[in-house]
Amino acid sequence: MPFIPHTDNDIRTMLEAIGAPDIEALFEEIPANLRAPGLPGVPPALNEMEIGRLMADFATRDGRPLNFIGAGAYEHHIPSAVWAIVTRGEFYSAYTPYQAEASQGTLQLLYEYQTMMASLTGLDISNASLYDGASGLAEACLMAVRANRKSKSQRILLPVALNPTYRDVTQVVAGNQSIAFELLPYDPKGGQTLVSALEPYSGQDITAVVLQHPNFFGTLEDVDAATDWAHANNALMIGVVNPTSLAVLKPPGQWGKLGADIAIGDGQPLGVPLSSGGPYFGFMATRTEHVRQMPGRIIGRTLDLDGKSGFTLTLQAREQHIRRSKATSNICTNQGLLVTAATIYMSLLGAKGLAQVASTSMLRTQQLVDALTRVPGVRLAFDRPRFHEAVLLLDRPVKPVLEALAHRGIVGGADISARYPSLGNALLVCATETRTLADIETYAQALAETMRNSAAAA
Amino acid sequence: MHEKLIFEHSAPGRSADAQYPQVPVEAPIPAALRRASAPLLPEVSELQAVRHFTRLSQLNFSIDTHFYPLGSCTMKYNPKACNQYAMLPELLNRHPLAPESTGQGILQILFELQEMLKEVTGMRGVSLTPMAGAQGEFAGVAMIRAYHKARKDFARVEIIVPDAAHGTNPATATMCGCTVKEIPTLHNGDIDLESLKAAVGPQTAGIMLTNPSTIGVFERHIDEVRRIVHEAGGLLYYDGANLNAILGKVRPGDMGFDVIHMNLHKTFSTPHGGGGPGSGAVGVSERLLPFMPVPIVGRDGERFRWLDEKDLPQTIGRLSNFMGNTGVLLRAYIYMRMLGRDGMQRVSEFATLNSNYLAARLRAAGFELAYPERRASHEFIVTLRREAREWGTNAMDFAKRLLDYGFHAPTTYFPLLVPECLLIEPTETESKEELDAFVDAMIAIRREAETDPDKLKGAPWTLPVRRLDDVRAAKQLDLTWKAA
Amino acid sequence: MSNIPADLRFQKSHEWARLEADGTITIGISDHAQQALGDLVFVEAPEPGRHVNAGEGCAVVESVKAASDVYSPVSGEVVAGNADLGGQPELINTDPYGAGWIMRVRPTDKAQFASMLDAKAYAAALAAETH
Repeated sequence: MPFIPHTDNDIRTMLEAIGAPDIEALFEEIPANLRAPGLPGVPPALNEMEIGRLMADFATRDGRPLNFIGAGAYEHHIPSAVWAIVTRGEFYSAYTPYQAEASQGTLQLLYEYQTMMASLTGLDISNASLYDGASGLAEACLMAVRANRKSKSQRILLPVALNPTYRDVTQVVAGNQSIAFELLPYDPKGGQTLVSALEPYSGQDITAVVLQHPNFFGTLEDVDAATDWAHANNALMIGVVNPTSLAVLKPPGQWGKLGADIAIGDGQPLGVPLSSGGPYFGFMATRTEHVRQMPGRIIGRTLDLDGKSGFTLTLQAREQHIRRSKATSNICTNQGLLVTAATIYMSLLGAKGLAQVASTSMLRTQQLVDALTRVPGVRLAFDRPRFHEAVLLLDRPVKPVLEALAHRGIVGGADISARYPSLGNALLVCATETRTLADIETYAQALAETMRNSAAAA
Repeated sequence: MHEKLIFEHSAPGRSADAQYPQVPVEAPIPAALRRASAPLLPEVSELQAVRHFTRLSQLNFSIDTHFYPLGSCTMKYNPKACNQYAMLPELLNRHPLAPESTGQGILQILFELQEMLKEVTGMRGVSLTPMAGAQGEFAGVAMIRAYHKARKDFARVEIIVPDAAHGTNPATATMCGCTVKEIPTLHNGDIDLESLKAAVGPQTAGIMLTNPSTIGVFERHIDEVRRIVHEAGGLLYYDGANLNAILGKVRPGDMGFDVIHMNLHKTFSTPHGGGGPGSGAVGVSERLLPFMPVPIVGRDGERFRWLDEKDLPQTIGRLSNFMGNTGVLLRAYIYMRMLGRDGMQRVSEFATLNSNYLAARLRAAGFELAYPERRASHEFIVTLRREAREWGTNAMDFAKRLLDYGFHAPTTYFPLLVPECLLIEPTETESKEELDAFVDAMIAIRREAETDPDKLKGAPWTLPVRRLDDVRAAKQLDLTWKAA
Repeated sequence: MSNIPADLRFQKSHEWARLEADGTITIGISDHAQQALGDLVFVEAPEPGRHVNAGEGCAVVESVKAASDVYSPVSGEVVAGNADLGGQPELINTDPYGAGWIMRVRPTDKAQFASMLDAKAYAAALAAETH
């Protein structure tokens, strides 16, 4: 019996102690008319050798194409030590650290993580993670509604240049609580959110302004002007940021005169593999004054009975298991294991290593843009400074081009034409430090041939 | 045992040079947007980092190292194969937005997982995208709301929740813009049907139930509950926290539930990871199919593809940036394939056998069961009110002393309606020897409570730290390290 | 046994109220409530000028294991919140009827105060709650 240790003798002894004739008798309280006849739709068992072979077959079918997509998930080098440690049973198979004394490893690591994230974002404090960046933004919007006591409107401004899926998820998660989201347009030439678009809202009751920096197109935003506008109008500023970029970009806590109020983002770039979409983790940092409005687990350092320092979950009264229907969020588990990876990753890279990853990724993306825009029918969409992503415009529909590239073993970028119809045939590309000049050349050649072999759109 | 903070291992200029590009690159960033001072990240060698985090791991209790009978959390063995084969490089390195043609393998895995979960729950459709149980709950209640709204039945905004429910249930209802109505549990552990009848009406959106309930017994009148709620026009939500207890024995779909979330990290043995990632797949009945969260994997002949808003125009929408916690789903798939149809039934059988055995032995040893006249499900409750009254040793004291004996504590003080309770869930993967050793420890601790209660009140004595001051932690917030 | 001063009025939800000479009403939580909550770590008192309705949750008291709303027994305008509780939430534990007061309200309807439980009735309600 896979994973079940009982011998026949054990079963007999245990049933005797219970006073039941057989195991079936233990289910006697389930009404007979509801009993399931078994699970014929589940296939028979495979042993480890067989499942290993099956999984290898699936994996081989998918292969290892050369990837040039970012769009919210980035392929960075992950030191071998990261997952070697993360998958140790003591981290991997532990639960939420409710029994603090038996969970000091996880708790101390989370405290170290909170310290690193607070510093990276330039804010006072960080929680111990949320599910991902997109749902993290939804939580940040709900938090802003609670934290901004001066505002009654529940109106939040979102840029069109925000990752559109973040907008979707935020609408789904926060939309049931009558929050109104209004959209801020971007400059069609530069790709940055137009700070001038805030002007019509001046003097109105706005709860919060969201800005993603770098934005979905990779473009750097005018974070200072937007943050100052928000504060001048009693709105909170929520920054959506890429953690890698924060090694080289001014952090949200230093935006404008006062700094952003809440920073959130997806922590995936910090040592978490792409893994077809997850698990990743969301991070959130804020000012100390908003700590009680922050969702998710928070770890604090305290003293034990002997006066020795130790770590524990704190401010639990905000949470669902105590506050129930009045909790700051229904969030319960977070993404502890991924945070473990991120903490080890940040420790191995340090500030210097992370800055090197960021600037090398910027350089590679610039080299990619240079190479691809030399291909006839391809041009750059926006002329403003960017981080490590760029939007390219093609003279024909993007999807068939991407399919043709996929046949050549290249995943050439994200087709964003459907989400941004005004851009036309728009392709979002990214090259991190893991792409070599040879990779970029391979892509450029394949794209040139693909474009030559298929006619341009009329 | 004590391990310094990683920052205290730090020395300026030290780094793990093998881990990042060494050619210096100047980032062309406008001055106004450039970071002025470096963030506070450690400066350590690779070995220092490895040693530090390995030492930290050794300060943890975990399933791999300790019996972990945490009620309502299903801390069963996480087979190593599930991790090993979910981390094949092709699966690990695939970008979620890569063309479907490059992901037929993974799409087939997810499709088959959907099909297996439909079978074990008896539901008509499954969406794998929720990233945790609480997000599955959110999806479930959001679907219930969407269903009523689509029928222009706008008055249905009330969610009924038994008082023994997990805290996430009422918190979820609030997040979905619903109001919560609590109904009491009877002394025998069943729902108070009279209160339920009084609670339902044209304002009822639905009821959220865990069955077996959080007090570790099967709700015997589930047929009657379903009739009352459905006749009032509400829907039934199944909180899958305790699915491990009934796997293959009775299916939520057959009980008449309209929507269910499953905790793959409980029932299907994906790792808890120190508090996540979880995975909260949802299953639905026929009438909620159009509202499922996207993406879902569909099949056209031999090809697998994502179903999105275009395929399900009434969907409640997206809950994550891509596709939930895909890597967790792979682990659940591997686990289910390794158990197969028969192994899946053995899960509930041996989880229930272990739970009833442990309950019987503790009862024989003089501990008071909260519901002695009921059959335990996969978990049960011991109340230590006598021990608290007579010797002043409460449930928390027992819990902390168990740590000294090398056992992770059961869930304490939940459910709230049983005083001084321990909610104990042994799971099916524990041996009789381990259960017997736990009983021996409980007996020994009880003896200490009687003769030397300070042994309990001061516990734990043998762990890296003694009992921690929660009040200080909350009043003198210290959430980040600061250089001296 | 908890202390229930005879000169105060109470609510079943464990708030106490005292009618002051200036016509305002001082509100806090009872000795029983502070005992049940345990060591308080945070109190959020309402800001002066806020209008509250009878039965409305307008302050929050928080311990490590519980958080509880404080319901105003009367409708009216908040004239003061106890600022000392910001730094010393434990005042509610040490002196629930004195230094641990939470807020002062100028009532619009004094009958609401008059209809509150007296000490005897509150003691009976407590006895019923704990069987």
